[in-house]
Amino acid sequence: MTEKVNEEKTQHIAGLAKLSIDKEDLPKFTEQLNDMLEMLDEIDTVDTDGVEPTYTVTDRINVMREDVADNWGQRDALLHNAPEAVDGLIRVPTIIDESEDK
Amino acid sequence: MNFETTIGLEVHVELKTNSKIFSPSPVKYGAEANANTNVIDWGYPGTLPTVNKQVIANGITAALALHADIQKHPHFDRKNYFYPDNPKGYQVTENDTPAAINGWIEVKSGDGKKKIGIEEMHVEEDAGKNTHGKNYSYVDLNRQGTPLIEIVSKPEMSSPQEAYDYLEGLRERIQFTGVSDVKMEEGSMRVDCNISLRPIGSDQLGQKIELKNLNSFNYVRKALAYEEERQAQVLMSGGTIGAETRRFDELTGKTYLMRVKEGKDDYRYFPEPDLPSLDISDDWINELREALPEMPASRRKRYVNDLGLTEYDAMVLTQTKEMSDFFNKLVELGSDPKMASNYLQGDVNAYLNDNQVVLEDTKITPEALATMIKMIMDKTISTKMAKKVFKAITEGKDPKKFVKEKGLVQLSDPAKLQPIIDEVLENNQQSIEDFHNGKDRAVGFLIGQIMKQTHGKANPQIVNQLLMKSLNN
Amino acid sequence: MNYFDNDLESVHQQLVNGDITSEELTKQTIDKINSEADDIQAYLSMNDQAIEKAKAIDAAGIDPDNIFSGMPIAIKDNIVTKNMKTTAASKMLENFTSVYDATVVEKLEKAGAVIVGKTNLDEFAMGSSTEKSAFKTTRNPWNLDTVPGGSSGGSAATVSAGEVPVSLGSDTGGSIRQPASFTGVVGLKPTYGRVSRWGLIAFGSSFDQIGPLTNNVKDNAHMLNAIAGHDEHDATSSKKEVPDFTEHIDAGVKGLRIALPKEYLGEGVDPEIKTAIKQAAETYQKLGATVDEVSLPNSKYGVMAYYVLASSEASSNLERFDGVRYGYRADGVKNLEDLYVKTRSTGFGNEVKRRIMLGTFSLSAGSFDRYFKQAAKIRTIILNDFQKVFKDHDLIMGPTTPTTAFKVGTESTDPTEMYTNDTLTIPVNLAGLPGMSLPAGFSKGLPIGMQLIGRPFDESTIYQAGYAFEQNTDFHKEKPQLGGK
Repeated sequence: MTEKVNEEKTQHIAGLAKLSIDKEDLPKFTEQLNDMLEMLDEIDTVDTDGVEPTYTVTDRINVMREDVADNWGQRDALLHNAPEAVDGLIRVPTIIDESEDK
Repeated sequence: MNFETTIGLEVHVELKTNSKIFSPSPVKYGAEANANTNVIDWGYPGTLPTVNKQVIANGITAALALHADIQKHPHFDRKNYFYPDNPKGYQVTENDTPAAINGWIEVKSGDGKKKIGIEEMHVEEDAGKNTHGKNYSYVDLNRQGTPLIEIVSKPEMSSPQEAYDYLEGLRERIQFTGVSDVKMEEGSMRVDCNISLRPIGSDQLGQKIELKNLNSFNYVRKALAYEEERQAQVLMSGGTIGAETRRFDELTGKTYLMRVKEGKDDYRYFPEPDLPSLDISDDWINELREALPEMPASRRKRYVNDLGLTEYDAMVLTQTKEMSDFFNKLVELGSDPKMASNYLQGDVNAYLNDNQVVLEDTKITPEALATMIKMIMDKTISTKMAKKVFKAITEGKDPKKFVKEKGLVQLSDPAKLQPIIDEVLENNQQSIEDFHNGKDRAVGFLIGQIMKQTHGKANPQIVNQLLMKSLNN
Repeated sequence: MNYFDNDLESVHQQLVNGDITSEELTKQTIDKINSEADDIQAYLSMNDQAIEKAKAIDAAGIDPDNIFSGMPIAIKDNIVTKNMKTTAASKMLENFTSVYDATVVEKLEKAGAVIVGKTNLDEFAMGSSTEKSAFKTTRNPWNLDTVPGGSSGGSAATVSAGEVPVSLGSDTGGSIRQPASFTGVVGLKPTYGRVSRWGLIAFGSSFDQIGPLTNNVKDNAHMLNAIAGHDEHDATSSKKEVPDFTEHIDAGVKGLRIALPKEYLGEGVDPEIKTAIKQAAETYQKLGATVDEVSLPNSKYGVMAYYVLASSEASSNLERFDGVRYGYRADGVKNLEDLYVKTRSTGFGNEVKRRIMLGTFSLSAGSFDRYFKQAAKIRTIILNDFQKVFKDHDLIMGPTTPTTAFKVGTESTDPTEMYTNDTLTIPVNLAGLPGMSLPAGFSKGLPIGMQLIGRPFDESTIYQAGYAFEQNTDFHKEKPQLGGK
C-alpha cells in the first residue's frame, strides 16, 4: 500500500528542501523516506469522512495589533550577526538563476 | 488563420500603512539599507508574526472598491520557497481563503464600456530587495513585510489596449480609496501579465506566457502587443507556444525568455500556524463601506449632472483623489462649481506645474480659495485683483486680510461711484456728444477715465450701468 | 547536603533569611554542575555572568515576595537569550547569539532568577534521547549508561541530579514529559497558548509549548506561575486568566473523577509500568477519587498524524536556516544555490534532515490531501475523543512512556519503533491539552513516570492531583546516586 518513493522523487523532495543528496547516499535516503511512509501506511484507512481538519489548537481568533510604527533599533546587532555584511547590506554569493524570483 | 487574444493581469499594490503587516517596523520608502528592520523582518529563530489591523481594513476597503465579495473567515498560509529576499523561507499570504473573490471593474473599451472580472484579491507580505553586483548579491530587508494586496483579474481582456484601460481603471479606483499611492515608478504598483492566443472560434484557451519586469502601463501595452504579434507568428508558422516566463526589454521593445516552466511550482502551501484565523464582522465591513470614498466614475457623473460641468472638466478634476476632494470642498464651502473648476484647472494647476509639487504639499487650502471665489462672486474683488489674491494664498496668507490690507476691495457702491462719473462727464463734454452721435468708442474712453480716477478699483459692470444711465438721461 | 534536595520555598526562605547568599548558592550550583559535567553532560554552555547577576541581586536584596529572586535555574538551549549563545544543539547555530530574549527569559530575569546555563537537547528538539544533539550526549543520572530521554534531556538530567531546582524545557510531542519520566522528575507541558512561544525556536508551531521541570509538583506550579500569561508577541498566546497555581494545590482529590484510558495500558507498555499505574489508581481511589476505565479509541492514530503535521511545520520552520542572515554558512560556495544546499546539508544532522524530508514530502504537490490534510482531520478526531472523556471526567491518568529509560546508543533507527516511544504523550500535543509527568515508581532502578492530562487551561487540577499523589507516596524523594557511583 505504501506510496513507494523512488530515487527520482527523493531527489526532487531534497531539492525543494535545499538538501543535497550524493549519488551514493540516495538509496539510503530513499529507503528512509519509504520507511517513514510505511509508518504512515494506515493513514488512508482512518475514516475521516465529514471531519473538518484541525490546523491549530489556539483559543484565539481575530488577533490584531494597532497600526503603530515602532523601530526596535536592532539594525546594527542584526548586521553584526550576519555572516557577511557590507555597507548595511547582507552579502550573499551571486544569484545566478534570476528565474527563482517568485 | 486568425487569432483572438486572452489577457489576464496580476497586480500587486503596496498598502500605505505606518507599520509592516506582521511586525511593528516602520514602512518607509527610501530609507537607509536595513534601517527599518527588526528580528521579525530578519526571520530570527523564535520570532512570531502579529497582524496589523489596518492592513486587514485596507484590504477590505480595496475589495469594496472592486465590488468583490469579502470572505468572512480568511486565514493566512505559508508559501515556501528559498530566496535571499525571503528571510523566513516562506511568504505569508492568503492562498486558501483570499480576502475577497469575484469582483469587477468597469473600464472603457473602444467607445463603449466593459466589465472586467476580478478572480480574487488577497493580502500578503512583500519581500525584501536583492541587488546584484559582479560576484555578489546584496540584500536589503527594509521592504520585507510591507503590506501588499494582489489583485488577480479573470482572463477577460482581449487586447493590449484593454489591458491598459483595465490598469488605468484599477489604479484610479485604488487611488481613490486612499489605501495606496499606486505609483508604478516607486514600485507601489507592480504588474505581471498572462497572455495567450487561440484560433477564433476555439473554446479552449491557448498556452499562456507570463510577462514580467513591466515598469509602466505603456510598457505593459507595448510588451503585450509585441507578444501578441510574436505568438501569432509562431503559431502561423506551425510552431507551438511553451509554458514560459518572458521579460520585457524597454530598450528593444521586445520580450526575451527568462525561463521555461517545468510543471507547476511546488510552494507547499499550508495554513500559517502562528496566526489565528480572522472573523470579519458585518459591522466592520459596513463601517468601512460607509467610510469608502466616492469612486471617480460616480464623481464625474455628479459633476456633470448636478453641478453642470462639462465631461472634460469632470475628467480633469478626477485625475487624482486630492484634486477631486479639493474641488468637492470648494463647492461645499459655497463656491460656484464652474468657477471652482476653472481655478483648479487654471491657476492652481499652473502653480503646481511651475513648482513641480502636488496639491497636498502646497499652502493652498480649500477654505482660502473658496473665500477668494466668494469675493469674486459677490464682486468684492475683480478677477484681475484675484490674480494677486491667489498669489497671496499660495504663500499661505489669509485672502480677506490680504484684500483689506492691500485695499483691493472693489468699488461697487453707486452712491460713491456716481459723483466720480458725474465729474468725468463734466470734464469730457466732447465724449458725450460723440456718444450721442453713435460713436461707441466714446463709452470705452469714459470708462477708462473713471477707472483711472478710482485707481482701477471700480467695479466695471456697475460703472457701465451707471454710465449708460447718465448718458441716456 | 544538597540545597536542592529542599523545595523551592525553603531554599527561598534561606535566601531571604540570609542563611545563604545568591552568590554562594549560584557558585555551589556551578561547581556541582562542573564537577558532574563529565558524567552527565547536561549543559551546552554556562553563563559566565551568572555570579555577577547573583551578586547584584544580593546587593539589591532578595525579594521576599518573589520565589525566584536569586534562584539559580537552567534553560533549554532552544530558548533564545541575548547574553548567551543559543544553539538548539545544531551546528547550524553553533556560534549564534540572539539579538533578543525569549519572553520566558525576560520574565524570569525580571523575577531575579539566575540563569546558570543552557541545557542540551536533541537537535532542534527532534528526538527522544538527547543523543541527536550535534555536540554531546547527556546521560541519565539514575544510570549513566541510559539516556535521560529527550528532547529536553539536559533540562531533565540537571534537575534530577540536584544541580538546579528548576529548569525550562519545551514539549512538541512529549519532549518535557518523557525525559521527566526517564529521570524521575516532575515535568509539565502547559496548555497550548498558556506560555508565550516568543523566543522558542519553532519546531512544530501548533504543538510547541515551554514548560517547567522540577523536583516536585509545587515547585513546578511556582515555575508555571512565573512564566504563564498572555504575550502580545505571540498571537496564539491565550488571554485566559492565569490563576496562582500553588494556591489550592493541597485541595486533595476527594470527588475527583479520573479517567484511565484502556489504550494507555495496552500492548507495548512495560508490565512493571502498568503495575505502577494501577497502583497509582488505587492510591487515588483511597484518597477519595473515582477512577474509571475509558476509551480513547483514536489515540493509536496520533503518532501518524503527529509525524505528518509536526514534520511539515518543521520543514517550513527550518527554511530560515539558509546561511544568509545569521548562524552557520558553508565555506567555498560558488553561487547562491550552492550556498543554500551546502549550508543546509552540512549544518543539519540526519534526524533533522529526515523530518524535513518527510515534512516536505507531506506538503508537496500530490501529497497534501492524502497526508497533511488527512492528518489534520485525524487531529480533530483525537480532539473529539478527549472532549468526550472530559465531559464526565476531570482528569486523565496513564503512564508517560511505554518503557523506562533505554540504553545509550540503542535508540532504534527504525522510525516506526523510534516514534512509538511517544505514543502516550503525542495525543496531548495534538489536542493542545496540559499534561504532566511525575514519578510513580521504579523498575530495575529506573524511574517510572505517571502522566496526568487535564482539560484545556486546567493545569490547577493536574497540580492538585499530582500534589496529593506526592504527599502520599515517596517516589519523588528518591534521588539518583549518579549511576550508583
